[in-house]
Amino acid sequence: MTMKALTLPLLAGIAVAGIAPATAQELTIGLKSEATSMDPQFHQLSTNIQVTKNIFEALTTQDAVQKVTPGLAESWEAVDDTTWRFKLRQGVKFHDGSDFTARDVIYSFCRVPLVQNSPSAYTIYTAGIADMQAEDDYTLTIRTKATNPLLPSEMWSLAIVSANALGAEDQVTYGPDGTCEGMGDVPQAPAFNDPGIAVGTGPYVLDNYTRGSEMVVTRFDDYWGGTPDWERVVMRPITSDGPRVAALLAGDVEMIESPPIQDIPRIEQAGFSVVDALSNRIIYLHMLQQEDAPGISGAEGNPLLDPRVREAISLSINREAIAERIMGGYAQPAGELLPPPMFGTSGRPVDAYDPERARELLAEAGYPDGFSITLGTPNDRYINDEQVAQAVAQMMSRIGIQTRVDASTASQFFSRRNALEFPIYMAGWGASSGDMSSPLKSLVATYDPETGMGPTNAGRYSNPDMDALLIEAMSTIDDEKRDQMLQEAETMVLDDYGIIPLHYEQTVWAMKSDLSYEPRVDQYTMATEVKPAAK
Amino acid sequence: MIVYLVRRLGQSLLAVMAMAVLVFIGVYFIGNPVDVLINPEASQADILATTERLGLDKPLYQQFGIFIWNALQGDLGTSFVYGRPALDIILDRLPATMELALVALILSVGIGIPLGVWAGLRPHSIAGRTIMGGSILGFSLPNFWQGMLLILVFAVILGWLPAGGRGETTEFLGMQVSFLTWNGLSHLILPAINLALFKMSLIIRLARANTREVCLQDYVKFARAKGLSGRRVVLVHVLKNIMIPVVTIIGLELGSMVAFAIVTETVFAWPGMGKLLIDSINLLDRPVIVAYLMLTVLIIVGINLAVDVIYSLLDPRIRLSEMKG
Repeated sequence: MTMKALTLPLLAGIAVAGIAPATAQELTIGLKSEATSMDPQFHQLSTNIQVTKNIFEALTTQDAVQKVTPGLAESWEAVDDTTWRFKLRQGVKFHDGSDFTARDVIYSFCRVPLVQNSPSAYTIYTAGIADMQAEDDYTLTIRTKATNPLLPSEMWSLAIVSANALGAEDQVTYGPDGTCEGMGDVPQAPAFNDPGIAVGTGPYVLDNYTRGSEMVVTRFDDYWGGTPDWERVVMRPITSDGPRVAALLAGDVEMIESPPIQDIPRIEQAGFSVVDALSNRIIYLHMLQQEDAPGISGAEGNPLLDPRVREAISLSINREAIAERIMGGYAQPAGELLPPPMFGTSGRPVDAYDPERARELLAEAGYPDGFSITLGTPNDRYINDEQVAQAVAQMMSRIGIQTRVDASTASQFFSRRNALEFPIYMAGWGASSGDMSSPLKSLVATYDPETGMGPTNAGRYSNPDMDALLIEAMSTIDDEKRDQMLQEAETMVLDDYGIIPLHYEQTVWAMKSDLSYEPRVDQYTMATEVKPAAK
Repeated sequence: MIVYLVRRLGQSLLAVMAMAVLVFIGVYFIGNPVDVLINPEASQADILATTERLGLDKPLYQQFGIFIWNALQGDLGTSFVYGRPALDIILDRLPATMELALVALILSVGIGIPLGVWAGLRPHSIAGRTIMGGSILGFSLPNFWQGMLLILVFAVILGWLPAGGRGETTEFLGMQVSFLTWNGLSHLILPAINLALFKMSLIIRLARANTREVCLQDYVKFARAKGLSGRRVVLVHVLKNIMIPVVTIIGLELGSMVAFAIVTETVFAWPGMGKLLIDSINLLDRPVIVAYLMLTVLIIVGINLAVDVIYSLLDPRIRLSEMKG
């Protein structure tokens, strides 16, 4: 390693005293979890995405507030409902010096269904693509099987790899679902540990990836977007919260993601800067909408089928108190499924805290003495999740719904939830597309394996009118009209109390005071966007 | 002797088989890996396809049968998360854990025995009492907390050593090791101390108790009466005789240090097998969990077998009684 590493222990002492040394051209980041592969098309997981984005780019990008902006495509247009034309950027070089052309895009999309053993495949984005044609090296038309207004935003998820480095033939022809021709021998995910295979167009070049220990990238001097800020970036997975904070305080790393909320005052006192931003993740309560629900006693049938009972639960919750006391201010009370002003939000106010009215509603619904219920929650998935659930349970108990919290570790919780074991549960949802259709489609659309709607609707809420509107919105290209429809669909669900939003999580980063980072809504830690503060 | 060996081998195999059943069934009931692995945006059809590809749609006995059949051919399954053979992933991490465990062992023996002997020779002196008091702390303070305290003092407050990670590694005998450079060594010191503290306390107490006992033996009294120097009495007569139980314990503890350095590795973000196990449990990466536990069972059973055999070589009484029984 370099001299820098040798002097780190010495520098650490100074940094703790609050006099940050002038930064070298090196940046070390402590991440909360580790990427499982350097193959950007292997595992659809935020941990992998935020790391591989340094090396690989996509046709479009999403900025810090998830607005779609040009990436490797300079511009795009919808020719008709199912045809898109992308103009590719000229003069872009891959890390091995070769030029980026339409062939690389076709190869990359073709490779997605051919990636083996993927725990969560990217095929959910390529399955809808019927055809791709290169008009010339820098013009590409994409035909979709159905209307898909989100195509430009989804392009962000499909990393562009180098057709040459991966051994494609000169002519690559697209065919849907893995029937492409001219692919050559497609390298699989483990091959990407080799910097000769992991060739992208991004600002950094893969230098070394030691599983479990660190990943090192170095500056790509021929990057089309200008010279990157850092000569060398080291990303280290430090999965436990305490040690991650200690590594920052000791000067081992210059920046960490997700410091535990209770440690933030200490980190600030030690002279580090802390930034936070509202995330696209909503924490919500979902209620089982089936006649026979487990975990409910003291009532005939399932009281949650009555919208008045659902409204009562929402009114019983003091969201301000939860955000302030349990989340330490790092959360914002939510009235919608996505924080406004993101796409498809209506600016609906947060439900008031009104236990009086909640009790009246319960009485009206025929439960003046309340009933008993079990609230399911994970205890290691969201920020302070179990404590939040405990608070919600106490608030619900205060209006007469005796609530017991059943907390379990995430791996168990999600299995139990998907088996409909909880009459009411708390969970979170991050809208990766940054668009209202994401939570509506997954959380509240009628569960239907045939159409793929409502996969995470473990409350089995169903509202056919909303479904129809949502499906129409999802095939409307016109942004303004779609926005309107999504707002309307969301309002239908929330008026019906089909789901109860609690709060939006805030994501926190801590770093040395001479660094700056524009916090991202999607909670990604992107090395490319960490800047020396002076700049 | 051969009869004895065959019998012990058979018992060991039985233990391994029993563990395979327990481990597999235990892991099966933790939860459904697909629920954790798959992107939340995936549709029901994607979930079903992934479940089938991982073979999780088959009933338990079939999954177990496939696992045993493959295991007998040396294939412990393919990691759900990494898409690579589980055993490869674990063996990638083995050198880091072995290095940590060996350094910790050297520390605990190198410091533990002299301190223990000292405390045994002078049980009522201030030094002797302090050593014993310290060893109680080493025993009773939680490993995790000790690690955090070491980081706080030596990394955060004093800034002498890094707070975690493995640092620079160099190739040595075909393995990546970190003790050959200052950078690597500086990363190794704190986790090794953390891992060593508990064992050190154990060895101190063992050495002290044995020293006290041996000091009362006739041959020590005789050596003293003969006018041998105190140094020679301690180094030759006392030390030699307390080593037998100490060596036994060290052998057994080495196995458990390799297999269960989990807490230390987690606290110090040390990229060893233990940290891999924790990460795999969180992601429900069943093949890695099962392969790790099976490997651990093999290591411990193997060490026990070796210890038993050595015992029987050292002490004919064991061999004889086993043969009769």
